[in-house]
Amino acid sequence: MSAASKAGHDDHGHGHGHADGGSHGTFKDYMTGFVLSVILTAIPFILVMGNVLGNDRITGIVIMGFAVAQIVVHMIYFLHMNTKSEGGWTILALIFTLTLVIITLAGSLWVMYHLNTNMMPQHMHMG
Amino acid sequence: MATQSSAAMNFEPGRSPSVTIPQVDPTAFYDAKGEHHPEGSTMLGFWLYLMSDCLIFAALFATYAVVGRNYAAGPSPKDLFDLPLVALNTSMLLFSSITYGFAMLEMEKGDLSRVQIWLAITGLFGLAFVGLELYEFHHLIHEGATPQRSAFLSAFFTLVGTHGLHVSLGIVWLVTLMAQVHKRGLVPENKRRLLCLSMFWHFLDVIWIGVFTFVYLMGVLQ
Amino acid sequence: MFSNPDLQKLLFGRLTLDAVPLHEPILLITFAMVGLGGVAVLGALTYFRLWGPLWRDWFTSVDHKKIGIMYIVLALVMLLRGFADALMMRAQQAMAFGPNEGYLPPHHYDQIFTAHGVIMIFFVAMPLVTGLMNFVVPLQIGARDVAFPFLNNFSFWMTVSGAVTVMASLFVGEFARTGWLAYPPLSGPAMSPGVGVDYYIWALQIAGIGTLLSGINLIATIVKMRAPGMTMMKMPVFTWTALCTNILIVAAFPILTAVLALLSLDRYVGTHFFSNDLGGNPMMYVNLVWIWGHPEVYILILPAFGVFSEIVSTFSSKRLFGYASMVYATVVITILSYLVWLHHFFTMGSGASVNSFFGITTMIISIPTGAKIFNWLFTMYKGRIRFEVPMLWTVGFMVTFVIGGMTGVLLAVPPADFVLHNSLFLIAHFHNVIIGGVLFGMLAGITYWFPKAFGFKLDDFWGKVSFWFWLTGFWVAFMPLYVLGLMGVTRRVQHFDDPSLQIWFIIAAFGAVLILCGIASFAITLVVSVLRREQLRDTTGDPWGGRTLEWATSSPPPDYNFAFTPVIHDHDAWWDMKKRGYARPLQGFKAIHMPKNTAAGIILGVLSIVFSFAMIWYIWWLAAFSFAAIAVVAIGHTFNYNRDFYIPADEVVRTEGQRTSLLAERV
Repeated sequence: MSAASKAGHDDHGHGHGHADGGSHGTFKDYMTGFVLSVILTAIPFILVMGNVLGNDRITGIVIMGFAVAQIVVHMIYFLHMNTKSEGGWTILALIFTLTLVIITLAGSLWVMYHLNTNMMPQHMHMG
Repeated sequence: MATQSSAAMNFEPGRSPSVTIPQVDPTAFYDAKGEHHPEGSTMLGFWLYLMSDCLIFAALFATYAVVGRNYAAGPSPKDLFDLPLVALNTSMLLFSSITYGFAMLEMEKGDLSRVQIWLAITGLFGLAFVGLELYEFHHLIHEGATPQRSAFLSAFFTLVGTHGLHVSLGIVWLVTLMAQVHKRGLVPENKRRLLCLSMFWHFLDVIWIGVFTFVYLMGVLQ
Repeated sequence: MFSNPDLQKLLFGRLTLDAVPLHEPILLITFAMVGLGGVAVLGALTYFRLWGPLWRDWFTSVDHKKIGIMYIVLALVMLLRGFADALMMRAQQAMAFGPNEGYLPPHHYDQIFTAHGVIMIFFVAMPLVTGLMNFVVPLQIGARDVAFPFLNNFSFWMTVSGAVTVMASLFVGEFARTGWLAYPPLSGPAMSPGVGVDYYIWALQIAGIGTLLSGINLIATIVKMRAPGMTMMKMPVFTWTALCTNILIVAAFPILTAVLALLSLDRYVGTHFFSNDLGGNPMMYVNLVWIWGHPEVYILILPAFGVFSEIVSTFSSKRLFGYASMVYATVVITILSYLVWLHHFFTMGSGASVNSFFGITTMIISIPTGAKIFNWLFTMYKGRIRFEVPMLWTVGFMVTFVIGGMTGVLLAVPPADFVLHNSLFLIAHFHNVIIGGVLFGMLAGITYWFPKAFGFKLDDFWGKVSFWFWLTGFWVAFMPLYVLGLMGVTRRVQHFDDPSLQIWFIIAAFGAVLILCGIASFAITLVVSVLRREQLRDTTGDPWGGRTLEWATSSPPPDYNFAFTPVIHDHDAWWDMKKRGYARPLQGFKAIHMPKNTAAGIILGVLSIVFSFAMIWYIWWLAAFSFAAIAVVAIGHTFNYNRDFYIPADEVVRTEGQRTSLLAERV
């Protein structure tokens, strides 16, 4: 963290209002990202619509994997995430947020699943 | 500890303690030349806003995950979702992302009119996305699959609708920015704003990946 | 007047004259008093021609110091309302035994305990915390303002709008009768069809926007605007706790926004998130609201920890013991606070595995807090302690808070919680940590930084009177509740049958009266200090022998805070500067770049009040109109590119010259 703050304090000699850099992609970056995300979108749709794998559970896990891969692609090529932008604070904020997203999702599911099991056993196979 | 408490003995409000401690050049304590300018905070601030927005979506996803299978004897995703339509919709958003990227590249080059053209194309793709989503919603409601029908449908409409609302807001923002770029050109403020909207737009893409995977594709799988 | 009911409905929604509670004598008297007071204040402002200065120098100001002060004024005003509710509840419970029904009917009593909780958390504790951070943080890090000055002003007015919305419910319609977190299905459309819950939802949503934006603003400020040389591990502890608190705000409030939005969809659109039928799950609301709710507790207490750290070190004239451990403890609390939310509903029935996990995490989170207490004690150890008023609050806090913390750990044991859940023991516990922790901390902070804000100290004698009344009042008011809770008395009860309990409630009511004396003494402190301001004047800018940067500038600080940006070499930067012979720069001043004031914030705030009022009463045309107006003003504001100006160098020379002569007079 202290390294991050040191990087954040390099005086860039910019005046006010000019200092907002943000990293930019190149044409190549954007195209790579676009092609990758088209592929990573198309495969899950094909897997599900064509029932290629024949097993819903496995298909579910695989398409989740593709979603994660595609999110990473978008982060890198479209949102230009890297460990250096804004002195590392953006990536830190992202990791923190993702942790909380996982806690919220997994925690809620865990808590509510156990609640349903314990309190409403007859509703287990609802729907 | 010892030096600290001896320094403490010399306390008197507003005066320098007279203990002899290595003196330094007094100008070392302030930026006499006025060279220090804080860096711009806008990008970081906007990123933090996006993170908070991400957590709003996390709460909506969590709700969908918990109540999304409570169909209340009503229609289930298999009965409702039209995957080719979702695929078309997804492609609209993907195209809008790359066109926004082109707008940013032109902004780097400083080509004002091309920036405006790419922004306009991006906006049209965005409109197409929102239009397709409204068509889908209309169709569902027409079939009786209203948000009031079951907890699943409540959660579905809210999650997808919130994303659609964000895209609509993004379009309003985009139009506003096009007017501002038209009025003042690619001044630093406008460049910064275009960068923020770029982050917002790509962020909505990322959320959509979650939506089409978790809601539509997984829904049909169940 | 309206023979056509459809037209009336179109124009006024569900708002009718019956909504004004003319039949409630208590509310009528309150209304008359508020009305008279309001007329008196408005009259005085007009008479003394203060409207112009108030508008120019305060309402439209983007100066973080003024916004911070306005937050604290808002909080103190709302404290009076929240505390009036508390006194009414204590009086009702002390008398309503057996045949005596007391003076508050259940529907009124229920609104009072809801309003008390909502106001105290959202409109007293939060503005106090935000206000103090706003005022102090930029000064402590050597910045000239926050990162987004306009946003700061806007956030403040959104908070005010939320507070006004809550206050409006007192006089038009009613407030929620659901308890401060409005659990469904009680808060759903079937059980609460009235406007009460809608007032609750809109007040919190609007204030929540302000809180979230101010959180983002302060994080960006702390991360980006520290003076050169101030690395993260050289930041003052208060700034550290402010950073962690704002991280928690940005990470927790979205969940509240989302869950309240879902509740409003249930109420307005008829969805089935939290209903009992068609697949809804009310427990999901409880789950989500506490994912926000537990971090919220730490949002409030962390800045108080920061205040105590500054005060202990200043008044012991020693460097804070264990700075690094303090920082790590704060960070650990920040993260752990997301892993304990279920301890608020152990009894919901998630089973042994879930309850054990959350019970254990809850016990773990008390460890870093305990480490902090030891750090403060070791800071005091062998220090030359000056028991001035801020230090008294700190010592009072340590004694009180430790008890509250221990009863908290007791409640973290799931089997014990099954006995104590929703009992007065719980009420006693959280008042113990919120009054003994947050409120004592904020009052300590106000006393500590008051001279910095206004240029004179608060009166010592009345400050001590206030402290002792608060401390004894707290103990007398809440210890009986621990006893009652252990005997099984539950919260939110308007009438009791068992006469043997009455004595405890009478003692608690007496304690509340002592706290009232504490609040009155605090008000007297303010009045006496203003009258005696010449004797209490602080000409040095450093009245307590401070250690951090805010004491390096004058009291009150100039608009630009520091004529030259300070350069930091060590933590406790100002102490280091004093030790090493810092000489105040007397020449070479330059023009200073500053943000311009703007009225956009207050205009948006007023429009938000109109919008929420229209939504609450189903006046759809007005809602649409005010929403459009908000959009137009907000977008219009972005077309203003001319947002800053330079304070000319001669003005800086003049201001700094005045300070030089003030300092010279003293010597």
